[in-house]
Amino acid sequence: MLENTPKEITKRSALVVNPAKTCQPIGAMYAALGIHGCLPHSHGSQGCCSFHRMHLTRHFRDPIVASTSSFTEGACVFGGKSNLKKGLETVFEIYNPDVVAVNTTCLSETIGDDLTEIIRDTKIPEGKHVIYANTPSYYGSHVNGFSNMTKAIVSHLVNDEKIIENGKLAIIPGYVEPSDMSEVKRILKLIGIPFIMFPDTSEVVNTPNTGKYEMYPDGGVTVDEIKDLGNCEATVAMGKFASEAAAFELEKKSDVEAHTIKVPLGIKATDDMIMKFLELTGKSIPKELETERGQLVDIMVDIHNHYHGKKVAIFGDPDIVIAMTEFAISLGLIPTSILTGTPGNAFEKQINEMLEQAGIEDAKVKASGDLMDLHQWIKNEPVDMLIGNTYGKYIARAENIPLVRLGFPILDRVGHSYFPSVGYKGAMRIIEKISTAFLDKYDMECAEEDFELVM
Amino acid sequence: MRQIAIYGKGGIGKSTTTQNLTAALGEMGNKIMIIGCDPKADSTRLVLGGLAQKTVLDTLREEGEDIELDAVLKAGFMGIKCVESGGPEPGVGCAGRGIITSINLLEQLGAYTDDLDYVFYDVLGDVVCGGFAMPIREGKAEEIYIVASGEMMAMYAANNISKGVQKYADTGGTKLGGIICNSRMVDNEREMLEHFAKELGTQLIHFVPRDNLVQRAEINKKTVIEFSPDEQQANEYRALAKAIEDNKMFVTPKPMSQDRLEEILMEYGFFG
Repeated sequence: MLENTPKEITKRSALVVNPAKTCQPIGAMYAALGIHGCLPHSHGSQGCCSFHRMHLTRHFRDPIVASTSSFTEGACVFGGKSNLKKGLETVFEIYNPDVVAVNTTCLSETIGDDLTEIIRDTKIPEGKHVIYANTPSYYGSHVNGFSNMTKAIVSHLVNDEKIIENGKLAIIPGYVEPSDMSEVKRILKLIGIPFIMFPDTSEVVNTPNTGKYEMYPDGGVTVDEIKDLGNCEATVAMGKFASEAAAFELEKKSDVEAHTIKVPLGIKATDDMIMKFLELTGKSIPKELETERGQLVDIMVDIHNHYHGKKVAIFGDPDIVIAMTEFAISLGLIPTSILTGTPGNAFEKQINEMLEQAGIEDAKVKASGDLMDLHQWIKNEPVDMLIGNTYGKYIARAENIPLVRLGFPILDRVGHSYFPSVGYKGAMRIIEKISTAFLDKYDMECAEEDFELVM
Repeated sequence: MRQIAIYGKGGIGKSTTTQNLTAALGEMGNKIMIIGCDPKADSTRLVLGGLAQKTVLDTLREEGEDIELDAVLKAGFMGIKCVESGGPEPGVGCAGRGIITSINLLEQLGAYTDDLDYVFYDVLGDVVCGGFAMPIREGKAEEIYIVASGEMMAMYAANNISKGVQKYADTGGTKLGGIICNSRMVDNEREMLEHFAKELGTQLIHFVPRDNLVQRAEINKKTVIEFSPDEQQANEYRALAKAIEDNKMFVTPKPMSQDRLEEILMEYGFFG
C-alpha cells in the first residue's frame, strides 16, 4: 500500500507516480457512446481497444462495445489504411451502426496515419456516417479525448448552412455521468426549454436489464438532431475543459453563440446554469426548481455542523474539481489540496481565484499533477476528507480519512450512473455522502461516552 | 563474420559504393550478404543486374509471416547474397519500424549463416529515427563507414550520423571504421576530408575519385568490377576493399559543433 510515501517532498522531473488521468481514447469513446446508434472504433492495436472498453465497462457496469483496426506488424510498417478501410466495411456490414466514431491511438498517431484521407477514400454506405478524432495519449488526458470527439461530432456531422432557426438550445453536458445528463435534461424540461443535448449517454451506458441485449440502446443524440445543431439559438457548454472546444466549433461553423459555464455541480454552479438558461430564453423559474433549491438550502442549514470548517482534498478531472471546489467553499469546507492530472493553466487560475475570494490561503493547487503529489501534500497538511475518484482509496486507507467518491472512474461503488451529482438534487446527494462519511467514521472510532443516537 | 553498416547523406552514393566494394571483396574470395535498408529497395540493383528482388516487407504483407528465406534472398555477382528490406510507399506508415521488422525476420529465418565473411547494411540517408539505427543496435553491425564528399551538406550529415554512432557505441559496441570519400570534385576535397576525419577521431579510409565509368556501369545494371574489371576505377574499389579488409582502426567518433565544422570548410574550401 502507500504507507511508505515520504512526507518530505523532493522535486521529481521525469517520474509520475500514480497518475491522476488516463488515455485520451477512453474519453473519446465515452463521448461517441453519447450518439444514438454509434459504434466507437479504435484505430490501433487490439490491446488499446480492450483496455478502453474494460475501463468504461468497470465504471458503468454495462457492456461497452467498440471495434478496432487490429494493427499487426505489417499495418504498423505500411500504415493502417487498409485495416481501417476493411474494418469500416466489415463494421457496417455486420454490426450496422448509424455512425462509427473513429479514435486514433498512440501507435497510429506516431506512424502518422491520415484519417481524413483514409476515410474520404472509404466507401461509406448511404445514410451512414463516420466521424473521427485524433486522440494521442501522450498529450493531455481522457478529458482531452472527450473534448476532441465532442468537437468532431460538430465538425463532421453538423450542417454548414443555417436553414431555419429551431428555437432550441444546444447543450454540451461535459464529461459527467449519464445520470447527470438526465438531470440537466429534467431541469430544462421543467423550465420549458427545447434543447438538443450532445453527447448524451443517458440510457446508453445505464440501461435497464430487460433480459435482452441491445447493441444500440435507446439513448443518445440522433444524427438528425446533430445535423440540426447549427440551427440552435445558442450553445451552453458545461465545463471548459471537456465542452468548450465543441461549442466554439459550432460557433465557428454555424454562428451559434457559445456560452461556457461550470459543470452544474453545487448550489452556485446550478444557480449559474439556471440563470444562463433564463438569460438565453427569457423563461422564468418554475415552482418545482424553487422547491428543490429551498430543500437544498434547508439541508445545508440543518447539518452544516457535520462538516463545517473541515479540511478537504479534492482531485480528479478539471471541470468536476473546479465545480466541487466551489461547492465545498459554499458548504464551509476548507479545500487545502486541489489537483488534476489533466494539463491546463486555466485550472490553477480558476481555483486560485475562488480560493482567494473565499479568503483561503496556503492551499496547494496543481494541474498535470499525480496522486503522489496529493498524498505528500496531505502528509504535510492533513485533511479530514478526500473527494475524488476510486484511485484515491489507497491514500484514504493510508491516512485513515474518508473518501467521498466523485468523478471518473468509480470502479468500486455503485450509484453514480443512476443518481446525479449535478443540479440541486445532485448537490443534496453530495451533502448526504459527505455528511454520512464523516459520521460513519466518527461512530466507528469515537469513545463510548461520545457515542450518540441523535447527531 | 564482420557486420558493417554504411551510412551517409542521401544521394551521396552509398549503394553504388557498397555494391562495388562488396563486388571487390567477393572477388577476393569472401562470402557476403547485403541487406538494403531503404524503402526504395535499390541497394542491390547492380549486384543482381536489375531490381530483381522482392522485398522482405512486401513478402510479409502479401504472404503473412510464414516466409521462406528463398523468397527474399537472391544471389548475384560473385555469389553475393542480396536482401532488400523495402518499406511503405512514400508518405505513409513507418519506414523505421519496417527496418526493425525485416531485420528481426531475417534473424528468425536464419539468413545470418556461419559461412558468411561479411554482412553489409546499406542504410538510407540520415539516422532519422530509432528504426534507422537498428543495424547498429544490440551489437549487430560492429563497424560503420560513412560515405561523404567535400560538400558541406555531406559533411554535415556525416557529423550528424557520428552523433548517432556515439550514442550506440557505449551500449551496442559499434565503432566507426572510417570515412569513405566518394569524390564530387570539390576544391581540396581530399585534404578537407582527411582533416574532417581526423577531427572526428577517425580516418579517411579511401578516396574514391569521380569517374563517369561508374555511371556507365550503373546504366548497364552492373558494378564497375563486373562491367570493366580492368579499368583504374575498378582498382580504386579494390583498394577500398583491401583497406577495409585490413582495417584495424575502430573508434567512438567525437562529433564536432556546427561552428567547428564550418571553420574546417572555410579553412580548406576557400583558402586552401
